[in-house]
Amino acid sequence: MNALSSNKDLQLLNGNHAVAMGVKLANPHFAPLYPITPQTPILEKLIALQSAGELETELLTPESEHSAMASAIAASATGVRVFTATSSQGLLLMHELLHFAAGARTPIVMFNVNRTPASPWGFWPDQIDSLSQRDTGWVQLYSENPQESLDTVIQAFRIAEAAQMPVMVNHDAFYVSHAVEPVEVPAQETVDTFLPAYKAGLHLDPELGRSLGAPIDQKSWNESRQQMAAAMATVGDLTASAGQDWGDLTGRSYGPLEQYRTDGADVVFVTMGSMCGTVREAVDGLRARGIAAGLLKIRLFRPLPQVELRKALADVPCAIVLDRNYSPGVGGVVHQELKAALFDMANAPRLHGLLAGVGGVNVSAEMIERLAVEYRDAVASPDPVWVEE
Amino acid sequence: MNMEMINYKDDGQFCSGHVACAGCAEALALRVIMNAVGQDAIGVVAPSCSAVILGGHPMSSVKIPFIHGTLESAAASASGVKRALVAQGKPDTTVLCLAGDGGTYDIGLQSLSSAAERNEDILYVCFDNEGYMNTGGQKSSSTPLNATTGSTPTGKSTRKKNLIEILAAHRIPYIATTSPSHLNDMAAKIKKAKTIRGTKVIIVLIPCLPGWGVADNAAVKTARLAVESGVFPLFEVEGGLTYTMTKATKTQPINDYLSLQKRYRHLNDEQIAQIQQDVDEDWQRLTTRAIEADV
Ligand SMILES: Cc1ncc(C[n+]2csc(CCOP(=O)(O)OP(=O)(O)O)c2C)c(N)n1
Ligand code: SF4
Ligand SMILES: [Mg+2]
Repeated sequence: MNALSSNKDLQLLNGNHAVAMGVKLANPHFAPLYPITPQTPILEKLIALQSAGELETELLTPESEHSAMASAIAASATGVRVFTATSSQGLLLMHELLHFAAGARTPIVMFNVNRTPASPWGFWPDQIDSLSQRDTGWVQLYSENPQESLDTVIQAFRIAEAAQMPVMVNHDAFYVSHAVEPVEVPAQETVDTFLPAYKAGLHLDPELGRSLGAPIDQKSWNESRQQMAAAMATVGDLTASAGQDWGDLTGRSYGPLEQYRTDGADVVFVTMGSMCGTVREAVDGLRARGIAAGLLKIRLFRPLPQVELRKALADVPCAIVLDRNYSPGVGGVVHQELKAALFDMANAPRLHGLLAGVGGVNVSAEMIERLAVEYRDAVASPDPVWVEE
Repeated sequence: MNMEMINYKDDGQFCSGHVACAGCAEALALRVIMNAVGQDAIGVVAPSCSAVILGGHPMSSVKIPFIHGTLESAAASASGVKRALVAQGKPDTTVLCLAGDGGTYDIGLQSLSSAAERNEDILYVCFDNEGYMNTGGQKSSSTPLNATTGSTPTGKSTRKKNLIEILAAHRIPYIATTSPSHLNDMAAKIKKAKTIRGTKVIIVLIPCLPGWGVADNAAVKTARLAVESGVFPLFEVEGGLTYTMTKATKTQPINDYLSLQKRYRHLNDEQIAQIQQDVDEDWQRLTTRAIEADV
């Protein structure tokens, strides 16, 4: 392990406070924040750090998330590093500006705590809030636990600034946001080694007088999307190298995907976020019973690492997607995405799409073990299946 | 206690078993408001303490139906309910809109302004507890100068937004303030508002026990001192121009009010003097504009 990480600062932090510590280390110049359960502890921790003199970031507490994102975009366009955080209704209220931020190529980092959207009102872990923003042009990463959330928010700044694209990092309401775990808070010099000082791209500068975002003709608008496509095409590699470099510094490496005990697996679960932790436990239980199960965790959802997904699932007999989200009329979003990614692949697995945990209902390791037994030899339905404990 | 209140007739429009914090004056206010509104009404509630007090599905602590709307759009939702009632030939059914100060002064101001400008026939009640209490007590633009909240740990550096003047500028037919310390005043204002067509906004001061750091038994006392010190004057504005004081005197020093609340306990004498001066000046400005009609 690297010398920088030999003096470990292990703290008991919940997922949201871990994010705030990561943000403090990345030291953005500006962060507009609006409260919403279960994101609020991120806001409160950053404000507490600032009032204790431990955070230099300029904070803004506007009247709504719409204004939070509008000010984030404008600050980023003025040439500074920007962070914000939200959840559910707040993210959805930002929707117009999410397209705007990506189109304006502002490398904002936003943390979203995945929560059920109204109506009816609920405060439960479910990923449809962010998954329904998948076409806005934001890079999307999903974190499994508080440590990963801290590590990922720091990596997100590097990815965003290298690609000049906004990055949204997500973790599940309560299961991660409020779960307290020992978290290693890296030293400032570790982060400074990893994350280059902010270098603004195209920005508003009175010396140049160049404006941003004014109306353009059809062809130029079309080109702007082709440029975004080119930027998105770099994100997979940027995510891989950021995760690798972070591993060299801290001993914890990450990639766009992660495989757990997939060697020789007959059945591989595919999922995102906190569900991965439960699947790991189920995989261990299944393996102990002689059932060759594994986990394929999707950490980078946008851009979807299609080539890597095809590689990871080639020749696997059966894959089971566990979707903690539901797109009405279609099914689980990850299931749909995976079907498209594996299209036309000769050695693709039988692909089951299970709606497990929608609305925050519990999905236990025992249930996942049961699902493995039930579905590994079954014919896969093209439609999603609702499963319950 | 006011003798009249002892004889208060409870029509049972607000039920027991609700989940307001023990001692919260918002439950008291809701009882009076729901009884004054009556049964021929449909409600809209924005996310806020009142949405929680109204009950989690399948329970409800009120007899009239409510739609639990979004934080930023209470007045727009209420407009939709009213237009649907009109389309159904039921224009006399009251549309009651409940929102907190966050949902009114901040994120919902745009939709409220638009509804007011259209003079939508709605009765909008803002429970003003001077902060976002539903999310654990952060500041709103209704939080007063120097008050501490989760997002203003050293005290808010700016004044409370004067929403009434903003609303008055829309020239809507009726705006009023009221307090759970003056329940007859509250009932009278709701009943009066019900008879008026167009946009009516009533702002109810709610001392928040955890948010303000007020003792469990001191909510009404704090609300009373807010009125009597003049920090929260009781008045009406009709047509945006005619101001009427409904409690014409101001008798208590501000410190009696401030000292009941932990959110002000860091204040020094100079800051208290500054608040007293602000209150005196605001009172002067308001009362010179108003016709006195003490009730
Ligand atoms: C778009 C959106 N952002 C954030 C929230 C989270 N939220 C729920 S209630 C609330 C604040 C409520 O404050 P206020 O309106 O003053 O009502 P109170 O809880 O104080 O009664 C917030 C920020 C939400 N529901 N919707
Ligand atoms: S949080 Fe405050 S305003 Fe809300 S119910 Fe409790 S005491 Fe009342
Ligand atoms: Mg409030």
